[in-house]
Amino acid sequence: MARVIPEPALNAVLALALVAIPVWASLSGEVFTVTLATRVAIYALAGVGLNLALGFGGLVSFGHAAFFGLGGYAVGILAHHAQTYAPLAEWPFTIPGTQAMPVTWAVAMAASGIAALGIGALSLRTSGVYFIMITLAFAQMIYYFAISWPAYGGEDGLSIYVRGSFPGLNTLDPLQFFLIAWVLLMLALILSALVRRSRFGLALSAVRQNETRAEAVGIRPFRIRLVAFVISGMITGLAGALFADLARFVSPSMLAWSMSGEIMVFVIIGGVGRLFGPVAGAAIFVVFEHVFGGLTEHWQFLLGLTLLLIVLFARGGVIGLLAGRERHD
Amino acid sequence: MTEPVLAVERLARSFGALKATDDVSLDLRAGEIHALIGPNGAGKSTLIKLVSGALAPDAGRVRFLGRDVSGLDVVERSRMGLGRTFQVSSLIPEFSALANVLLAIQARSGSSFRFFRPAMSERDRVERARGFLAEVGLSERAGVMTAELSHGERRLLEVAVALALEPKALLLDEPMAGMGPEGSRQLTRFLDGLRVRAPILLVEHDMDAVFALADRVSVLVYGRVIATGTVEEIRRDPEVREAYLGEHGP
Repeated sequence: MARVIPEPALNAVLALALVAIPVWASLSGEVFTVTLATRVAIYALAGVGLNLALGFGGLVSFGHAAFFGLGGYAVGILAHHAQTYAPLAEWPFTIPGTQAMPVTWAVAMAASGIAALGIGALSLRTSGVYFIMITLAFAQMIYYFAISWPAYGGEDGLSIYVRGSFPGLNTLDPLQFFLIAWVLLMLALILSALVRRSRFGLALSAVRQNETRAEAVGIRPFRIRLVAFVISGMITGLAGALFADLARFVSPSMLAWSMSGEIMVFVIIGGVGRLFGPVAGAAIFVVFEHVFGGLTEHWQFLLGLTLLLIVLFARGGVIGLLAGRERHD
Repeated sequence: MTEPVLAVERLARSFGALKATDDVSLDLRAGEIHALIGPNGAGKSTLIKLVSGALAPDAGRVRFLGRDVSGLDVVERSRMGLGRTFQVSSLIPEFSALANVLLAIQARSGSSFRFFRPAMSERDRVERARGFLAEVGLSERAGVMTAELSHGERRLLEVAVALALEPKALLLDEPMAGMGPEGSRQLTRFLDGLRVRAPILLVEHDMDAVFALADRVSVLVYGRVIATGTVEEIRRDPEVREAYLGEHGP
């Protein structure tokens, strides 16, 4: 067997590299690199969300762009009202728009969580390829709804003139905004690691591996999966909220099926079900896009080839190649 | 007479023209092992599925602990204390033996909706899980991944998982299947002592085990129970000898 790096050590290296590179870049004035690292952190966060459903729960959701986009639109819509001083609602009481990140994050997570509850409750009655198609269908419905709703920009999307604020920080400073994203990513990873080893994680993994057995011992697969799907959607929704503030723009493209595909690509390239898989996958995606995208507009061909090789020859993704097979309790 | 723990009343289930279960009635009383035998294709597995709730009957009822459970599904019946093992080992392959038992304990006594504390750090539960593994003689294999256990060990683990549910009745679907003679003898001894904890409805092909263990035997042929009685009565029954035992010798 090839020599492998212990997975916790590899994870630590990835986490530290992800923060060290932008800090170094910021010190040497390479602002663009900081922005790239922020995208990696945000994409990784979206992937951490999907990984909970896809990796731990075996739920191949092809509709996570719905949660990413809803998180983004929550931020965009609240910012839109804050910018125009038009309250979001006047009855039963006045709800003003806001750009305070803690509030917009909470709204984004609530919106994507509720959407995940509804979509999950219907989709989880199916499995396999039907589940993939139904999640895709729901995401497409939301996508077309966003396109056809002129109040919030329709096809053109919504601009956020000033990035949201966070108490005590200057979010306009690229490094500080990166650090916000990085800390949230780390928190999501810690949460994932805990959930996975908890009773809930045990049940979720059992339901993924052998539904009949889980039922025979008295575990109801549907409820376990639904809760996992909701947590998954909320984390991806938070990533969407950060993405909106990074781009200072939201548009239906955040809800497009290609976005669902990209989030899935992060997870698969990095390693399905591996804790830091989405981090590795998002980093590779962004680096490919930046390096090869500068050389040819067909850079996605290379990404596709990499994905193909990983699916065929390295099921554990990049983490699996470096750290070997997963260890279990 | 007290009410049986488990009672099947005039159960029927067809698949197309095939009557897999045809007007079957039988019961399981406290403290007994009731063996269900019959040639391949007699409908034993279908009957187990009907009793466990995996399959809905066309007609008839299942009563468990004095309650009509016909409308309950697998999960609800399991939570009431109906434990089962599968004919083909059905465990969680990427879990250790210990985690498989722990999962059953978790499902039986408490919620699966705990998100932060590692399941393996809940000492009292883990100790109980080790206790069930020790009962079936798998203590030393607790940390081994289930997919890497031998066939016989997996059969034993099935039993340990069923016990961890603290069952009020057990459905054992060919627990000896594929076990070597030594393994079969060991498991036979173990099941012998188990009946006082929970009565057992035992589907088994191993006639040595059935005749050694069963208080009563029911013979299923083409979906119908053709005879129910003690081991001696069944051995003597001419219809049974013709339909079934004749092929094997008594």
